[in-house]
Amino acid sequence: MTPFDYVEPETLDETLALLAEHGDDATIIAGGTALTLLLKQGLIAPARLVSLRRLDQLRAIDRDGTLRIGALATHATAARSVDVQEHAAALAHTFSGVATPRIRAQATVGGNLAHADPAQDPPVTLLALDAVAIAMSAKRARRIPLGELFVDLMETSLEPDEVLLRIEVPPLPHGARTVYRKFLPRTQDDYATVSVAAVIARNATGTCTHARVALGAAGPVPIRAREAERALVGTTLDDGAIREAAALAAKATDPIDDLRGSALYKRAMAEVWTARALRDIA
Amino acid sequence: MSRHRIAFTLNGAPQEIEVPAERLLVDLLREDLGQTGTKDGCSVGVCGLCTVIVDGAPMSSCLLLAVQVNGAAVRTVEGLAPGDAPLAPLQQAFIDEGGFQCGICTSGQLMAATALLEARPDATDAEIREGMLGNLCRCTGYYGITRAIGRARR
Repeated sequence: MTPFDYVEPETLDETLALLAEHGDDATIIAGGTALTLLLKQGLIAPARLVSLRRLDQLRAIDRDGTLRIGALATHATAARSVDVQEHAAALAHTFSGVATPRIRAQATVGGNLAHADPAQDPPVTLLALDAVAIAMSAKRARRIPLGELFVDLMETSLEPDEVLLRIEVPPLPHGARTVYRKFLPRTQDDYATVSVAAVIARNATGTCTHARVALGAAGPVPIRAREAERALVGTTLDDGAIREAAALAAKATDPIDDLRGSALYKRAMAEVWTARALRDIA
Repeated sequence: MSRHRIAFTLNGAPQEIEVPAERLLVDLLREDLGQTGTKDGCSVGVCGLCTVIVDGAPMSSCLLLAVQVNGAAVRTVEGLAPGDAPLAPLQQAFIDEGGFQCGICTSGQLMAATALLEARPDATDAEIREGMLGNLCRCTGYYGITRAIGRARR
């Protein structure tokens, strides 16, 4: 590990001032599970780490129609949160299935998003839930829809002087059902070969009025399968509609060959697992 | 580069030590404090050998900077049966049930299981398997390990 300076500001203002001054050669550390690996492997060598660990106000989770998850809430806390469970069962399920109990106890919700690993679980579900990231710098606060947060492989639209404060999940349509499923052919703590999150709402006659389908590990960023969503709305979510949406979702993917499968295989599995996810909530 | 004076408790005993910012907790324990019960295995947070308990939760000490435990309560395998104290019931259960073969993963297994049983004293067999996910035993002694944890639960 290349040596670095470490600072632990006491307040958000102090944190933002530090980032305004040193943002370009500073890196924020939250839980540190992903960052420590990047440091150990020499993939990054920042001059300075700015730790958020004293900013306890960023650990809170609350809900008043909109669900707000502080950036420093751990995966374990989010998985156990009644607010998260009541807002979207699939989101609590997503957090409870990330990696291992050790990682979930240390890794934070905000750190996970800022890391922007496309094989991670929470970004996929949050994308399907129309979540918005709230970021702040010394100059301004701004709202970043999740679809605009992820720019490329492990790259976000966060500026070097910005801190991710929290994630906001808007109220779901009445009666909406949510699901997150991941394909793990090797071990339960592995990264997914492909993963799918979906949100479906229907009206009193059973017609689909709202559909979101998002895929993980299927491209350089988590992917919204918009054509699949459009194909679902207006149907009764019969088997034909699900098959068509699953095929369209697979077409939206842009996977690569790696240890978890060839691009061809992942695309085929995207179709299979999208269909399974949709059948779960149809 | 920067150096930090950190204070934390290790198995209940107050510690104060100066560390460079990049010191890992596993190295602080093993190299600086001579507590070699905690093992460094894969060094990437996957294998579970370096599992310690930080403020009640199991964590990989290879993924924690020492500065991150400033003010925390850290527990390692050395704290399960300190000095001449008898073995903890969980340790005895590992012996009785053959919960280890080569032993390299054992301290991590014990700490993960300790955290698990403290959080869920009446954990079901399924919860034990779920809670021990990510503590690998390359001798594949999993049946003995889960039996031992089952035996030690309330």
